Amino acid sequence: MAATEGLWNTLTAPLIRQNPVTLQILGICSALAVTTSLDTALTMSISLTVVVVLAAGVISAIGRHIPASIRLIVQIIIIASMVIVIDQALQAWFFELSQRLSVFVSLIATNCIVLGRTESFSRSNPPLPSMVDALGSGLGYSLVLVAIGSCRELFGSGTLLGLQVFPLADQGGWFTPLSLMLLAPSAFFLLGGLVWAIRSLWPEQAEASEFPAHDLGEER
Amino acid sequence: MADLNPVSLWRRFLTLPNESRTKTLAVAFLVSAVCAVLVTVATVMLRPIQAQNRAAEQQARLEALIAAVPGISDLIAQSGGAALSTVVIDLDAGAAAREVTPETLQAALAEPANWTTLSAAEDIAGIGTRPDYVQIYLLRDGDAVSLAILPVVGTGYNGRIQALIALRGDMRTLAGVAVTEQAETPGLGARIAEPLWQQGFAGKRIADDTGAVRFAVARGKAGGEHEVDGITGATRTGNAITQMVRFWTGPKGYGPLMAAIRRGEF
Repeated sequence: MAATEGLWNTLTAPLIRQNPVTLQILGICSALAVTTSLDTALTMSISLTVVVVLAAGVISAIGRHIPASIRLIVQIIIIASMVIVIDQALQAWFFELSQRLSVFVSLIATNCIVLGRTESFSRSNPPLPSMVDALGSGLGYSLVLVAIGSCRELFGSGTLLGLQVFPLADQGGWFTPLSLMLLAPSAFFLLGGLVWAIRSLWPEQAEASEFPAHDLGEER
Repeated sequence: MADLNPVSLWRRFLTLPNESRTKTLAVAFLVSAVCAVLVTVATVMLRPIQAQNRAAEQQARLEALIAAVPGISDLIAQSGGAALSTVVIDLDAGAAAREVTPETLQAALAEPANWTTLSAAEDIAGIGTRPDYVQIYLLRDGDAVSLAILPVVGTGYNGRIQALIALRGDMRTLAGVAVTEQAETPGLGARIAEPLWQQGFAGKRIADDTGAVRFAVARGKAGGEHEVDGITGATRTGNAITQMVRFWTGPKGYGPLMAAIRRGEF
């Protein structure tokens, strides 16, 4: 019972409390790039989650035998091979989507979340907890991607998953798409807003200020 | 005496300390070998499906382009319902290639000798090298060519842009365009893939009467018969399209072929 509870905690902790994107600010490069529409965000989330879970499983299975001196490169090789396989599979069976994700699927290999989980957790834990931990991190990443992706697609093109939600002004409706939502800066704004909202709700996530503005001479 | 039983060798290997040089090398080698096999198998097994996808997409775009050209159904009906003819042409000669057929084109293009490296001055589309043989599609009205569909490639803001341009029989008027591959910014540059924007190409003239190439994607609204509307926020994509069309209708592109068709030699 205690074991199941431990696993459940491992799985749910990265969703909001320890979210890799909003708390650790990892993997935001791809999080910003693929969120212009919900379906690319979803595909990216699924691909990353699959890669991180498989890599965690494999690496924790052979973790005891990876020499410390070459551990990073061994992990990267395993992750990169899985990414290539997934990329090829996407190109074969989901051609349209892979065209739109372009290089970002291959860039999963350099996503800090994947290497971070394998390096800090999987290497020193048995396969099952490692995979659960990785699944949690993948889902945490997915949650942020889906939230930002829906927001950007909804306000940037008035659609969700390609279905028209807001009638567009140039087709006789009332909604004028915000082109800014489709540009990279809007993803920064949304992500920043999300981090702010989460840290206001859970103040323990806020980091201590490293550079307090003493010089301004203001009372804080 | 050395123990050559593989199982016990494997056990002994696993019990080696992780820091030993043998184990480090062996682990590195084994991991690389397994990963290499995995990647190779995936790539080779899935390649036919991927090639099929690309070919199907190309075909669909071609059909959509043909269907979108105004009056094309009349042209096809006039030519007795004849479909498009597919020709491989030699770009430098501006004539049908002698040795290369559509079936052998792929093999011919695998040879680096069949590619021309472009000098910086020639390479306005930013593509570096250009194939010597290209497969094009022609529609004939009697003997004269009434429509030519030419594949073009250029470098956009985020990567390669591939497109098909359709020229009327005078080789100076655009009949339509279809973007077959692009990776521009969604919502901005990627709107070059939208039919609404592509419709703006029909009837535009590439060159003026002296033969000088004048085609351009405007910044903002199109002015005159040589320009198509620009896309707000996608100036660089628009410039890429301008350069791509100018390169491919120029002397290093289809220029010689277009001259030959205009002279009625094709």
